[in-house]
Amino acid sequence: MASTTPVDIPPAPPAPRQRPKSAGRAGDKVFLGLSRGSGILLLVIMASIAVFLSYRAALALADNEGNFFTTFDWNPAGDPPVFGIAVLLFGTVISSIIAMAIAVPIAVGIALFISHYAPRRLASPLAYVVDLLAAVPSIIYGIWGALVLVPYLEGLNLWLDQFFGWTYLFEKTEVGVARSLFTVGILLAIMILPIVTSVSREVFLQVPKMNEEAALALGATRWEVIRLSVLPFGRSGVISASMLGLGRALGETMAVATVLSPSFLISFHVLNPGGGTFAQNIAAKFDEADQFGRDALIASGLVLFVLTLLVNGAARLIIARRKEYSGANA
Amino acid sequence: MAKRIDIGGLTAYYGSHKAIEDISMTVEPRSVTAFIGPSGCGKSTFLRTLNRMHEVTPGGRVEGKVLLDDENLYGPGVDPVTVRRTVGMVFQRPNPFPTMSIFDNVAAGLRLNGSYRKNQLAEIVEKSLRGANLWNEVKDRLNKPGSGLSGGQQQRLCIARAIAVEPQVLLMDEPCSALDPISTLAIEDLIGELKERFTIVIVTHNMQQAARVSDRTAFFNLSAVGKPGRLIEIDETERIFSNPSVQATEDYISGRFG
Amino acid sequence: MSHAPTTLQERPTPAPAVATTSLSSRTLPRWAPLGFAAVAIVLGVGLGLVAGWHSRIQWGLLSALFFVAISYTVTTAVENKRQAKDRLATSVVWVCFVLAVVPLASLTWTTLSRGAKVVDGYFLTHSMAGVLGTEPGGGVYHALVGTLEQVGIATAISAPIGLLTAVYLVEYGKGALARAVTFFVDVMTGIPSIVAGLFILSIMLMAELKPSGLMGSLALTILMIPVVVRSTEEMLKLVPNELREASLALGIPKWRTILKVVLPTAIGGITTGVMLAIARIAGETAPIMLLVFGSQLINTNPFEGAQSSLPFYIWEQYKIGSEASYDRAWGAALVLIAFVMILNLVARGIARWKAPKTGR
Repeated sequence: MASTTPVDIPPAPPAPRQRPKSAGRAGDKVFLGLSRGSGILLLVIMASIAVFLSYRAALALADNEGNFFTTFDWNPAGDPPVFGIAVLLFGTVISSIIAMAIAVPIAVGIALFISHYAPRRLASPLAYVVDLLAAVPSIIYGIWGALVLVPYLEGLNLWLDQFFGWTYLFEKTEVGVARSLFTVGILLAIMILPIVTSVSREVFLQVPKMNEEAALALGATRWEVIRLSVLPFGRSGVISASMLGLGRALGETMAVATVLSPSFLISFHVLNPGGGTFAQNIAAKFDEADQFGRDALIASGLVLFVLTLLVNGAARLIIARRKEYSGANA
Repeated sequence: MAKRIDIGGLTAYYGSHKAIEDISMTVEPRSVTAFIGPSGCGKSTFLRTLNRMHEVTPGGRVEGKVLLDDENLYGPGVDPVTVRRTVGMVFQRPNPFPTMSIFDNVAAGLRLNGSYRKNQLAEIVEKSLRGANLWNEVKDRLNKPGSGLSGGQQQRLCIARAIAVEPQVLLMDEPCSALDPISTLAIEDLIGELKERFTIVIVTHNMQQAARVSDRTAFFNLSAVGKPGRLIEIDETERIFSNPSVQATEDYISGRFG
Repeated sequence: MSHAPTTLQERPTPAPAVATTSLSSRTLPRWAPLGFAAVAIVLGVGLGLVAGWHSRIQWGLLSALFFVAISYTVTTAVENKRQAKDRLATSVVWVCFVLAVVPLASLTWTTLSRGAKVVDGYFLTHSMAGVLGTEPGGGVYHALVGTLEQVGIATAISAPIGLLTAVYLVEYGKGALARAVTFFVDVMTGIPSIVAGLFILSIMLMAELKPSGLMGSLALTILMIPVVVRSTEEMLKLVPNELREASLALGIPKWRTILKVVLPTAIGGITTGVMLAIARIAGETAPIMLLVFGSQLINTNPFEGAQSSLPFYIWEQYKIGSEASYDRAWGAALVLIAFVMILNLVARGIARWKAPKTGR
């Protein structure tokens, strides 16, 4: 950073505050260049993810003899090569829906527990533990799910079949261990609980004290305070927290790969073993795949990429809208 | 409708810190009683003990008794929720529910406490808004959010919300401190009207305001920072401002400290 | 009244007299919820035993249901409907809490108890060289080395990039580019690890590269950068503007202000953010599976040849499916959890210790 004396500055500056700007100009330029360059690099990475995946996917799709979206099979090594994502899309969506249905209400409950119900001495260590649990690697959830949860769930599955079999959904038509989409859903629910909980809790804690006092002073019970002031304020926060959780559930690999016993069938009997998800299929088929097989897997990964992009984008939009909204009322 | 409050030996704590100590006084029904005193003397804390809002603050607890027409608010088996329904409160900063319409804001307390028919509810809402001198300004936009009103209007909306449930007592914690002079005047006029129906207790930093609106005035002070606040004297407002019996009161009112 | 809003709920019952004559009402004793819980557990377990259900999950769910139902009905009977609703909400919230604690406690307990049987000095210092998957013996040394190297390289790449990007967003960022970067950082946070792996894989396929630790690190970098950016951004925003202005007013150029004033003020929080990001990527399995391939041997060179890593080792041992390999999987899980948790605890410790004095 050569501090060149500027030539364009008049000998007597009109205001004393106006100092020679170029004293650090070179340094500033380098620094700005570096930091802006990093930002641009991020955009380049994102763009190349889309481009590279699309390119490899196009190579695979060109030789695919089946319909990519409706084929119930994954056999890129066959002659002719046939593969499709119908089962994977179905399994991914169903297991994520189950996970959300279980995790979101419970996470909201725990978040309220920490923010409004728990004794104060319990609340902050609890919040701490929840944050720690978000850091447990998914492979550990995976082996726990496969080795501990699956045997435990067998009784529950029989029971669900016995009492709720009439819903079709919970009818168990095949015998076998509980390596089903339902179990995957439960495990995913447990995994996304911490993240949904901690985002929701943050939002609940931000509810202005005076809104809660307004409800209290009207003679509201604790639940009524929550219903009148906490939940309306936190609703969009909970929605975006859920979307973040959904994003994780959609792309989870190891926990599904360990628990599910995959099959290429679509069935709404969620207790039956079988089914598959995008990420699980990639993990399971990768070892045996040749170059073409890998491109086929990349094609399915591209769909997963787009799916998570949409979900996360939606979550961010909701958060951004909420910022404007709460700013207007601040 | 309006009830008398008898306070006996009331002490309030934040955790181990004693905020106010041994306060006893009587608040007459259908009158305005003003609490004045320097910052930190515990007048707001004291006000919040009168509808059991103090214990909502973490670590907040209370000793002593507050009799509402001979019934102790802190007696065994008394539900604080019922207390707060009976003793309404208006806060320093207007706090309408931001997601609710003007109508729903006023109706919020009613909906908690029972079920009403549509027209019944509309009637009470209109009556309360008229009672808060707000009806003419908002009658055409009852479905609009309450947060769209001006500060003074919001505060009157909060008063309407508080009186809609027909409380016995109305507590006001510096209701005008966040408002401009014109809105302040509107609220003061309103207080004059409301005392026909309610027992009103108002905390204020503004001595002229206390002189204008109140019938009786209580002066609070603390001997040193960190010491609990105490009641110095309570008397007719006129006497407090013309001829107080305690020197400290006179010093405060004449602006010699605080 | 033409203004009755549409949100109004019509209820047929007439208004009760609002003014209550008495403040006190019948209330349940303070220990009532405990009593309800005890009764509910006895009922749940009893019914489960009678019906012959063996799974404790059913007993638990049944007890939870009983607890909520009993609280509601008893409170309705003794107190009133509003209190009962309040009690209902309270019991549901407590049930949620317990429901969540049970699996998480089980996970922690299983890892600790099963892992502790395996983890010892030998386990930590030996690889799987010459050990049959189905037989006991062997260790995680090669995986530990792999994890440390891959995570180290990923950190070395992503920390500077993430830091600079955050500086750009907070100190310089205005206009379309900054908005785009902000948005895509958020989007990047949500990229599944397996997609990051596939991306590097597609580059590998085109450039005809061989699997190595470095390839895994690159995928981890993609996962790590957005986390670093996000947390650094938060920390830089906490640095009060007065500090920047004070420095600029002294005639110090902006870049030196950032280096000498802004970054040092936020350094505690930034370190925390980076460590949490490390903890997150250390547990990633999928990219390693695609890009590093795994190995039974010690390979200390991350730039050439297959390597292992702790999470990948767990997956490998799980797939072998023998008692001995399950034991090793739990052992590695314990080592991995310990690694991640220590990082977390230290990071949060730093955050608390170095928290900027201003703001929260």
